[in-house]
Amino acid sequence: MMPLLTTKGLSRNFGGLRAVDGVDFALMPGEIRAVIGPNGAGKTTFVSLVSGRIQPSSGMIVFDGADITSQPAYIRVRQGIAYTFQITSVFANLSAYDNVALPVQRTLSDGRSKGAVRAGVMAALERTGLADRAHMPAGQLSYGHQRLLEVAMGLALKPRLLILDEPTQGLADSEIDNFITLVREIAKNATVLLIEHNMPVVMQLADRITVFNAGKILAEGTPEAIRENAAVQEAYLGTAP
Amino acid sequence: MSEASPAKAYTLHLGVIALLFVLSFLLPEYYHGLLARIMVLAVFAMGYNMLFGYVGLLSLGHAMFFAAGLYGAGLAVIQLGWNVPLAFLGGIACGAVLALGIGLLALRTTGVAFMIVTMMFAQVFYLLILYFATWTGGDQGMVVPQPARVLSFGATALELTNPTVRYMTALALFSIVLLVTLAIVRSRYGRVLVAIRENEERTKMLGYDTFSNKLAAVVISGTICAASGAAYALLFGYVGSSFASVQYSILPLLWVLLGGAATTLGPLIGTLFMYYVIDITSGYTSAYLLIVGIALILLVLFFPKGILGSVRQRWLGWLP
Repeated sequence: MMPLLTTKGLSRNFGGLRAVDGVDFALMPGEIRAVIGPNGAGKTTFVSLVSGRIQPSSGMIVFDGADITSQPAYIRVRQGIAYTFQITSVFANLSAYDNVALPVQRTLSDGRSKGAVRAGVMAALERTGLADRAHMPAGQLSYGHQRLLEVAMGLALKPRLLILDEPTQGLADSEIDNFITLVREIAKNATVLLIEHNMPVVMQLADRITVFNAGKILAEGTPEAIRENAAVQEAYLGTAP
Repeated sequence: MSEASPAKAYTLHLGVIALLFVLSFLLPEYYHGLLARIMVLAVFAMGYNMLFGYVGLLSLGHAMFFAAGLYGAGLAVIQLGWNVPLAFLGGIACGAVLALGIGLLALRTTGVAFMIVTMMFAQVFYLLILYFATWTGGDQGMVVPQPARVLSFGATALELTNPTVRYMTALALFSIVLLVTLAIVRSRYGRVLVAIRENEERTKMLGYDTFSNKLAAVVISGTICAASGAAYALLFGYVGSSFASVQYSILPLLWVLLGGAATTLGPLIGTLFMYYVIDITSGYTSAYLLIVGIALILLVLFFPKGILGSVRQRWLGWLP
């Protein structure tokens, strides 16, 4: 099977710092892949390169067989790469409905069907459990609900690859359980790339785990293999066990 | 915002238009003329509001779009002998083309740089008008001759110098632009514009080409402002370089801020308010600008979102 996403020698420098350093990465369709690593390991920079928010210094990104390295972010979104932000950045002054309507209306090919926008928005809001809050301004939702709204916006793009950047940060335990169910649901139709610090969430969700350290891939494998990996433990704990 | 209460919004806007229509028969002559002028300038403010209010782009150069319409229509009548409808369309076309060119260049910048770039372009436009004085009349301006200001439909001829015809023409233009802006801001495109204003980076990550959307907004805004300028030349018969000066770039900003940015009726309220404050206070004292200044400060203090913006925030959340 052909990978959905591959990167070859992907690098990004910020001044003298190599935030992402020659990363070769491959992601198979239908997978839930977790990306973990210590703070500053280059995880967010890596997914920002994939989503097109920043341009690479060198290297190549291939999505679904096509080289997308030089394409602007909005084109990549249209091809099916959706990115949900680490720092919640919903449109605070717009209603939850309007927030989701923006991605829904763009994916509709029929420009006239007002009913289709409404149906699409309500479907995404219902999947994330926000339907009864549709007309609240997004800024007035609780933090956990704003995170869910962020996911609803990502879902509404009907992505083939959904990148979730620390989605459970700041969520209560009860909300995290719902979230895990939601991601499993999403993964039935899409490939999920998940940056996450919460290890129980990673262990429950991920098919495979990629560990970043100092801009490079340190290890990659099944959750069990990563748990047993000595190099990973050293990167996290600082010393060999 | 959109999707909610379309009937209410349209009723309100049609009500305002009906009120302005009735006022034509009630107002004394002086205020009748003043209101016609205010409606034309409110169109200018609505064009400005399209970009400033809904997209959040603060331009300090919109006088050039107004002047493009003003000179486009005026020169077409005076130098080329075109008839009124053609000259009006010519003026609008000048504004649209100019806005496309300026938009392509100025939208490479944002924030303060965008303000400066638009202001510089407007100054160039202003100086060009003065430089080509042979055709434009320089700082003297030009008068559009009365016999040319006639709208003919077959046998019937409407003289635009006639106060009632002038008022009704101004009202027609105002109504069309008002309903068009209402339709735009309630549309999906309007939703995208607001999203760009709120968070452009996020809007890109939802798959929108924000540059093209902003460029379209600059062209719509410039075209509306040019329509106002063209109507001004044809209705009031004067084409002057002062309309291209920086003062006329700042005035629409003030009108919009007063009335309420990103409200469809705000530009009318703001223009009306400013004109009437000047009109009333100048009757009492020669220091009327002082009073205007104080009124502006009080408004900013107590109604930071403008008159209609504050009304929407406190009482009528459904206002478009």
